[in-house]
Amino acid sequence: MIDALAQLGSRGIAAARRLGRGHLLLLAVLRGSGEVVRRPRLLLQQVFSVGVLSVLIVAVSGVFVGMVLGLQGFYILSQFGAEATLGVMVAASLVRELGPVVTALLFAGRAGSALTAEIGLMKATEQLSALEMMAVNPIRRVLTPRFFAGVISMPLLAAMFSALGVIGGWFVGVGLLGIDDGTYWSQMQTKIDFDKDVINGVIKSLVFGVVCTWIALYQGYDCVPTSEGVSRATTRTVVHSALAVLGLDFVLTALMFGN
Amino acid sequence: MAGSCPLAALPFAMTDAPPLVKIRGLRFSRSGRTIFDGIDLDIPRGKVTAIMGPSGTGKTTLLKLISGELTPDAGVVEVDGQDVHRLGTDELYRFRMRMGMLFQTGALLTDLSVFENVAYPLREHTRLPEDMVRKLVLMKLEAVGLRGARALMPAELSGGMARRVALARAIALDPMMIMYDEPFTGQDPISMGILVQLIRRLNDAARLSSIVVSHDVKETCSIADHAYVIAKGRIIEHGAPDQLFASRSPWVRQFLGGLPDGPVPFHFPAPTLESDLLGEPA
Amino acid sequence: MRHSRTAELLVGLFMLAGLVALFFLAMKASNLGTLETGSAYDVTARFDNIGGLKVRSPVTMAGVRIGQVSKIGFDPRTFEAVVTLSINDRYQGIPTDTFAKILTQGLLGEQYVGLDPGGSPDQLGNGDEIHMTQSALVLEEIVGQFLFSKAEEASKL
Repeated sequence: MIDALAQLGSRGIAAARRLGRGHLLLLAVLRGSGEVVRRPRLLLQQVFSVGVLSVLIVAVSGVFVGMVLGLQGFYILSQFGAEATLGVMVAASLVRELGPVVTALLFAGRAGSALTAEIGLMKATEQLSALEMMAVNPIRRVLTPRFFAGVISMPLLAAMFSALGVIGGWFVGVGLLGIDDGTYWSQMQTKIDFDKDVINGVIKSLVFGVVCTWIALYQGYDCVPTSEGVSRATTRTVVHSALAVLGLDFVLTALMFGN
Repeated sequence: MAGSCPLAALPFAMTDAPPLVKIRGLRFSRSGRTIFDGIDLDIPRGKVTAIMGPSGTGKTTLLKLISGELTPDAGVVEVDGQDVHRLGTDELYRFRMRMGMLFQTGALLTDLSVFENVAYPLREHTRLPEDMVRKLVLMKLEAVGLRGARALMPAELSGGMARRVALARAIALDPMMIMYDEPFTGQDPISMGILVQLIRRLNDAARLSSIVVSHDVKETCSIADHAYVIAKGRIIEHGAPDQLFASRSPWVRQFLGGLPDGPVPFHFPAPTLESDLLGEPA
Repeated sequence: MRHSRTAELLVGLFMLAGLVALFFLAMKASNLGTLETGSAYDVTARFDNIGGLKVRSPVTMAGVRIGQVSKIGFDPRTFEAVVTLSINDRYQGIPTDTFAKILTQGLLGEQYVGLDPGGSPDQLGNGDEIHMTQSALVLEEIVGQFLFSKAEEASKL
């Protein structure tokens, strides 16, 4: 009994320490921002590996999600004779929720786990120590560019997801199911508010970008430097990112769209 | 055979020049385990000093304590008269440019070519024009015999070649000392021979001081001027290699001779064989 | 460092694609594209009940959008809603005896202000007020009236 309590206590302390280390790492990463300005090449490389290489999965998913929304939306709305509002339904679902959230989940799975594995391997092969010995701050040189690359890429990827989704919905609704093209767009244009919907969606994806990239970098940097440790760290990145994104989504939605 | 050596026996007393690295009363523990329990150590200038001991005694940790990557619980580490752990971050980074370290795996940056790896410290810390950098890199690569491999990527190198490139990188800024972390582990005889020769020749030609941490007794003792044997967090014995081989300590004899049984027993502690076989199951 | 030229190109295209997507969402998928451009002049109208009229609701004449609602206020003395209509400068010459009605798109759709032109030679200018207004039809009141009138008929029989 006492043992169980002691275990709980030590686990709690370990978790608190991990949280603390994570925040200290974030501070150190942010303090290295000057490095990114001085060496834009590093940032460029990272935007490529984090952003550009995620475009394919984000784009394909966006189109398919949009098409499914179009299909499902049509069947539900036609029961109320409201097919004309399909455009609004598809666009609102995407821009407000699915765009930022699904993109963040895909990002965590594709780019986040890659980041964790890369940094974990650098730690395991002593490359981070080598940088230290060469008097180069590994956090500023390795982590900071990747952080900003993630934060920049996420809103762009989310926008691509939503845009392609709207087009996917158009393809299904107008192309296959016979909704009027003009109605699809004009209803959307009247009802979707730029400030409330599009901007809030961008803010969400920025927040998700910070959180997912931060988690990925921390797990890599803090992992046990063995192959098993790296593999466990990549799993943790995906799981923690997913939970964080879904939890934050609820909070942000309540703040933004509540009253 | 424990205890740190009396000060009079330290190499400082042997030469006139002050030691490059002076460690006094070093204490360090990690995750509850004591790794060093009050160690005094001197690394003389211009010589190859070996630090030997069984795996897990913290030899790599000692190098990290010297370079300032780890901080001791107690004691002083002085390199070239500077207390390493009193330096601020920027000063420490500047100081590290005068130290070179060769990691066990080479630790080359995997996304850069051999040339770019060796050029990295030059491009980072000097403002030399690119053609000067190129010449320096080629010279360093020539010193380790890998000038022709300059366009290869680290993934395409064998272990021994990677270590040689890492060595070229370590001497890129012409440091005053180089630390070698288990340089001979897992090498085939030819690579081993090459590395052994390189360490000695570089040390003498560039007038470096070298610290070699290893448990390959034969190779290390063939080039070391002075050696320390560390076990269980203390210095067991130190001296010139032939002095150590003539040591009376059974522990040192077992380690240096590679004897399977001695103060470090062959059998892991267990009850007697009879009780295990004939008695109740454990 | 190796594939830097292709990488640079692709990163540039990536940023461009992202911005285009954002622009698309802003213009084609939201009401940003329908925001009024160009200068406008303000005209007020008072209503007893504006129903579901909102700021940026359209103002139309003959079904054509000529402006939007820019402000909705309340007069605590007369207990009326004071709606400010922002009409695009292109559309001058609206007679001062124009009727302003709050209408609904379809049956359950958005509400908007529809203007029925009068015949006066004087025009509305900046700051003028439209005096002839008709409030929004509130569905519950209509249904209530309908039921009431039906009940009356039944009781007469």
